[in-house]
Amino acid sequence: MNGLLVLIPIALFLGLLGLAAFFWSLKRGQFDDMDGAALRIFVEDEENKADQP
Amino acid sequence: MTVLTRSAPKVAAVSTLIERDFAVPDIRCAGCISKLEQGLVRDSRIHTARVNFTEKRVHVSCAADAQMPDLLGAFTSLGFEAHPIGEGASEIDADAANSRELLRAVAVSGFAMMNIMLLSVSVWSGATGVTRDLFHWLSAMIALPTIAYAGRPFFRSAWRALRHGQTNMDVPISIGVTLATALSLYETATHGPHAYFDSAVMLLFFLLCGRWLDSVMRDRARGGVTALLRNMGTGAMVIDSDDSTRWVDATQLHPGMVMLVAAGERLAADGVIIAGASRIDLSLLTGESAPQAAALDDVVHAGTLNLETPIRVRVTAAGTDTAIADIARLMGEASQGKSRYVRIADRAARLYAPAVHALALLAFVGWMLAGAGVHQSLLIAVAVLIITCPCALGLAVPAAQIVAAGALMKVGVLIKDGSALERLAEVDRALIDKTGTLTLGRPVASNLHEIAPEDRSLLLALARASRHPLSAALTRDLVGIEAAHVTDIRETPGFGVEALWQGLAVTLGRPQSGDAGTELVTELAIDMHPVATVRFADALRPDAVATIAALDAQGIDAMILSGDRTAAVAPVARTLGLTAMTGMSPQDKLAAISRHAAAGHKVLMIGDGLNDGPALAAGHASMAPGSASDVGKNASDCIFLGDRLMPVAQTIRMARRTQAIVRQNFMLAIGYNVIAVPLAFAGLVTPLVAALAMSGSSLIVVSNALRLKRALK
Repeated sequence: MNGLLVLIPIALFLGLLGLAAFFWSLKRGQFDDMDGAALRIFVEDEENKADQP
Repeated sequence: MTVLTRSAPKVAAVSTLIERDFAVPDIRCAGCISKLEQGLVRDSRIHTARVNFTEKRVHVSCAADAQMPDLLGAFTSLGFEAHPIGEGASEIDADAANSRELLRAVAVSGFAMMNIMLLSVSVWSGATGVTRDLFHWLSAMIALPTIAYAGRPFFRSAWRALRHGQTNMDVPISIGVTLATALSLYETATHGPHAYFDSAVMLLFFLLCGRWLDSVMRDRARGGVTALLRNMGTGAMVIDSDDSTRWVDATQLHPGMVMLVAAGERLAADGVIIAGASRIDLSLLTGESAPQAAALDDVVHAGTLNLETPIRVRVTAAGTDTAIADIARLMGEASQGKSRYVRIADRAARLYAPAVHALALLAFVGWMLAGAGVHQSLLIAVAVLIITCPCALGLAVPAAQIVAAGALMKVGVLIKDGSALERLAEVDRALIDKTGTLTLGRPVASNLHEIAPEDRSLLLALARASRHPLSAALTRDLVGIEAAHVTDIRETPGFGVEALWQGLAVTLGRPQSGDAGTELVTELAIDMHPVATVRFADALRPDAVATIAALDAQGIDAMILSGDRTAAVAPVARTLGLTAMTGMSPQDKLAAISRHAAAGHKVLMIGDGLNDGPALAAGHASMAPGSASDVGKNASDCIFLGDRLMPVAQTIRMARRTQAIVRQNFMLAIGYNVIAVPLAFAGLVTPLVAALAMSGSSLIVVSNALRLKRALK
């Protein structure tokens, strides 16, 4: 019983952490371009970095 | 002071940047992404560029003084055709926000469901006394906020329906969830053995999944459609009084302005020609396939295409005052019939909801009469409500439709929403426009096989140097031929292209022998001697005959409705073996559709032009090719891309298959109820049984829907 009092809040907290992470990524637009994300792995981006100030 | 000097330039730099969206339909691979993102920023006016591959869009932030043609030029220099997208219509933004809200609700209810299930499993495996109470209270603490948050879409819709004295699928859902939660709270407070928090949250989770799938489908199609739409953000080069030119958006054009319309450009407003003479392609406006000569003082309309030489046009009407406005009014009236269509899930709910309420009430009254007491009877009534709640029904339709839309998208068909699929499955008569629908709607060289091979390679060398519509058609049709080596290429607007080939002057342009009638022709001359004449005509789509046969096999009679002259329609009708009505105005087309509808037919309208807009809106279902006018694309239920017509028949096959699967799913859901409801009536449904039944039936329904993936193969 005492173990539960510690473990349940921990479990809930970790669950909430996952939910918050999902909301965060949703807000950052990580799910806006699902097909593009799969292709971006092939994109060489060194050139892009050099261009930026 | 230092703070001010440091922050000031930064603010200024940010405020001078403006954000613009471009639709770029040709983004196909990872190479395109890197080419665009890295190539565009090399232009000093463009600060950042970000590709959205799914929606085929590029988001650009650029300097405020960057003109639209310059930006489009930056795309062109990278080899991409871009179309500016105006400020998104507010309804589109609302839709996107709606599906994001649904996704959030799915996430919240999924999180809550998993945690409550964890606690419930402990209770079902035998937790008793204080532990059980503790777990019930914890479940309540998770469930109550979740239901308040994730249940809003259902409560809102149920309330709307009740206020209008109607009932829909959301009414039994809302009542079931609310009653189950209230009763579980009472159970928890009185140390009872059963709480239905997990059932209530699980129900919301599954139903939200269904809603979300439905809205994802609409989003996806809309992404494709906006990438195709070109009307927003088009405009014209305007010549000011001091002879300087500037680019003006179509919305900013005013009567009195003078537009310079290049060959191959679409007019952005109605007007009168004040300089130059050309031929105008009216096919999108009237369906007329032969281009019309237009000279000084002739009236020209927005949406038509200038084919030959640059002209100057004084704007007489712009924006909503153009000839299109008349068609828009007709469309408004025509589309009312479609909004009367009731989706299959709602039709089912009309029968289902009263049945569910009656059953639950019956259970309550029955057990009261049997002397079970208010508490026990209420518990059983809630169990009946939860078991009969249309969990599988809520998933049955959207799951099948999104799988079907995904499979169709792979063959190049965009379905605007689920109700379009339902209506497409019902059609039994197809009325098809000719120009641009049965035919390709663009000039195709018709006598290339008569021309000597060496002349063909010369043709290609000259044609590919020009952006004239006929040159573009030649370049497309001469694919696979080696171009001859020519030098000193020059293009004279209104005449043609000339170059040097083995020391001789070669020209491609208007025939020297004067007038060619209504036919589109171009002539190749070597050293001033004509050697070959290429004729152009609008050609049938390559698989038109096969498609008409396939439609016939599906029990759909086809007929041609054309705005073109009888002489132009007759050969097409003969080849396809169809009856045709010709010379029809938009009103005539509308009348034809209502005649067929009155005779009891469900009409599928397929068309592309502005003149087809009202008919597309009036048809029971409608399709448009990707090359259609913006009005046509907006008015139709689905759009097929590419030169083939076969996707029309494939879409109808898929729609019918989807409808069959949806019906099977309904049968499955009803079968499940036939078994589960007597158990609930008998008072045997504990929260554990409810959880198993609910997830089991949802899984069956979804896996049945997944069978549609293979339906087109």
